[in-house]
Amino acid sequence: MSVALASRTTPRWTAGLGGLLLQRLFQAGLVAWLVGTLTFVLTRSLPGDMAYRIAAGRYGHDMVNTAAAEAVRAELALDQPAVTAYFGWLWDLVQFDLGRSLVSGQPVITELWHQLGHSLGLAAMAVLLSLLLGPPLGLIAGLKPNGMLDRVSEVAASVLRALPPFAVGLLLILIFSVSLGWLPAAGHGRTAHGVLPALTLALALAAISSRVARNAMADVSQSAYYAFSRTKGLNERLSFLRHGLRNAAVPVVAYLGVQFVYLIEGVVVVETLFAWPGIGHALVHAIVARDVPMIQGTALVMGLMFVALNTVVDLLCHWLDPRRRSA
Amino acid sequence: MPLLPRFQPSRSLLPGSLVSCSLLLGLALLPLSAAADRPLSVVAPWEITGADPSTSGYVYARMRVAETLVDTDAEGQPAPGLAASWQASDDGLTWRFGLREDVSFHDGSPLTAEAAATSLQHALAKPGILDSAPITAIEAEGNEVVIQLEPPFAPLPALLSHSTTLILAPGAFDDEGRITQVIGTGPYRVESVAPPQRLAVERFDGYWGEAPAIERASYLAVGRGETRALMAESGDADVVFTLDPASRARLARHDRLALHAEPLPRTIVFKVNAEHPFLEDARARQALSLSIDREGIAAGLLRDPEAAAPELFPASLGPWHLGLGAGEAQDVERARELLAELGWEANGSGVLERDGAPFELTLRTFSDRPELPLVATALQDQWREIGVALEVDVGNASGIPSGHHDGSLELGLMARNYGLVPDPLGTLLDDFGTDPEAMGGDWGAMGWRDDDLAAWLDTLRQEADPEARTELAAQVARRLNEAMPVVPVAWYQQTAAVNVELEGFSIDPLERSYRIDELRWSE
Repeated sequence: MSVALASRTTPRWTAGLGGLLLQRLFQAGLVAWLVGTLTFVLTRSLPGDMAYRIAAGRYGHDMVNTAAAEAVRAELALDQPAVTAYFGWLWDLVQFDLGRSLVSGQPVITELWHQLGHSLGLAAMAVLLSLLLGPPLGLIAGLKPNGMLDRVSEVAASVLRALPPFAVGLLLILIFSVSLGWLPAAGHGRTAHGVLPALTLALALAAISSRVARNAMADVSQSAYYAFSRTKGLNERLSFLRHGLRNAAVPVVAYLGVQFVYLIEGVVVVETLFAWPGIGHALVHAIVARDVPMIQGTALVMGLMFVALNTVVDLLCHWLDPRRRSA
Repeated sequence: MPLLPRFQPSRSLLPGSLVSCSLLLGLALLPLSAAADRPLSVVAPWEITGADPSTSGYVYARMRVAETLVDTDAEGQPAPGLAASWQASDDGLTWRFGLREDVSFHDGSPLTAEAAATSLQHALAKPGILDSAPITAIEAEGNEVVIQLEPPFAPLPALLSHSTTLILAPGAFDDEGRITQVIGTGPYRVESVAPPQRLAVERFDGYWGEAPAIERASYLAVGRGETRALMAESGDADVVFTLDPASRARLARHDRLALHAEPLPRTIVFKVNAEHPFLEDARARQALSLSIDREGIAAGLLRDPEAAAPELFPASLGPWHLGLGAGEAQDVERARELLAELGWEANGSGVLERDGAPFELTLRTFSDRPELPLVATALQDQWREIGVALEVDVGNASGIPSGHHDGSLELGLMARNYGLVPDPLGTLLDDFGTDPEAMGGDWGAMGWRDDDLAAWLDTLRQEADPEARTELAAQVARRLNEAMPVVPVAWYQQTAAVNVELEGFSIDPLERSYRIDELRWSE
């Protein structure tokens, strides 16, 4: 009955979608240009001679010397003016060509493909784990604000979020690899290798999402419409499913977008700790070795991923919350 | 609402939530593989950049995938490798390396002189160890690789044992001459490679030498020392190289691990800009050296009291080692006298001053080797005692050669490998040179000249007689120790934590090989 009423008064969920996507597409283009330009300017303005840095990255510090640096400078035409190099990069980018890594000589796109796959796998596993842990815990805690579960989960969340991912990761290795011997400490190649790095990220993500879910659920459970659903005779389970879950989901999903920032930041630290060959690890090495095309490519992919994930979050909220569709 | 309510955190909280997650994750665990063909897992800090020996040759050499013309024996001296024998012409300008018969590459193609010459020409075109030798041509003649020099260069065979000179099959090169895959002749072949971290190898049945006992092995590059130590502790890795001093003590108590250590011909030294007005007099450099507490640095920072280095070359370099005592290298009073002789006087704040200029220097170093910044701050503290104010600049390894090149370097702290090849002469020629008008090198002397030393090195380069070489080597070492264009601080040791079920483990002091073909699982 209420479903029939709703369908007549709320616009279809696809309404206003075109504008949203168009806006995001424009944003993606802007991000690509800005990120590329910024990384270009920043890497160029770093102290130290690029040719020497690249030679050290390539040949190792036992073999880097002036001869190697000069060979690198000649091979990569590093003494061309910065403006020429910049427009060369921009022109290649328009043609979707990210160039070759200055250190390995491989096309950037090939390296990114390899690393991005590892990072996305790790990130997906982390988000999935955090969704399994955080929101359910938060929702249950939110049904009885200030109950025992609420207090306990709040302390756990504060502790987990306050600890840097590096410390959480070490702690997990100590517990699950060294003491219990259940999981491999680091490396990659088997599914089991991904569990600890994903869990490290997931715990911090779940710490936040459980609190957001708890607050959202607490608001909903104390709202007039939730009280009315009980008054009109629905039992606790039906009230939760029909009136609680969807309303509480909007802030939780919206907050996911913000959490991706943490994920990208965390991936850099976690990948290095667990020797996971992902994009964060690659970015750190590219910056050390002054591998400009790799830095630009990695930053670009991270920026675009951010836009893409936020678009997905927007779409989800658009679908969850009919009030947004009027635009 | 407050983030932390008035609540006593219970100890069981964290493990409690962890255990509940781990139950979920138990599904992801895979069964352990059978013990019979148990693979070997090697972990070390160095990453794989690609397939080219100039950038990543050391990984393929150490994992026994590819080999060089010249090998080294147990004493670290040149020994037959892919070349069964070699000889130089009387004038020392033409070297002939006769190849071993019946050697095949991993793709089944035979080892020919053409293939070897192509690999060496490729190595010569890239920055690498062959830059030290005056090579004019590399050619194939019958079953021999012929190398032409101008002028003579006695340590050539030693250079051909370096991992940048690996011999690869013609199939390893693409049409443009780039190396796209590693097809070598070693006892192991590449099974899969995933730069920058993982390399998996399997036994090559067509190997010319003795077949290894272990069928499969993998190499994993793990940058963080803590992670490497934990991998050894948890049993994820069977052989873990380069342990940080703090973890070493903990791993030594572990009953499933055996700890190995071997001194390396790598020395922590600082190079001195001898053109700098404060440092141009040898007495100033000696004063800096005399005020260093090498034994303190060795025992306190490196956790190895044997590591104090009163001279450049460790005992493993034979005739180059003088046998000086570490205790005599420190004499703070003498250091103060030398500085007073040079006109330095302490000012009100305890810093030395001469003509109104304070004795202030900047030391550049880098963190690729984690102990270097620690040693740098120890020097800073010890030199403060004699009134020298030191600023430490931790950057990238390339800051030292580029600072040498543009003249901005004052002091540079580094770890110099004098055993890159079996004969340190190659490194010394790079570091000091034979032209008295232009001495020095990116990782060696700066703004310093010594006509005697240049002449001795030039003789050593051409002299083949072992006795004369031994005498000259000691002379060179003694002079370097007096004039101090580079100042030794500590020696290195390579460390490894090894699964006790492995037999036959040893560390190669030249770091050319992980010797995995000599390992076997105990029954």
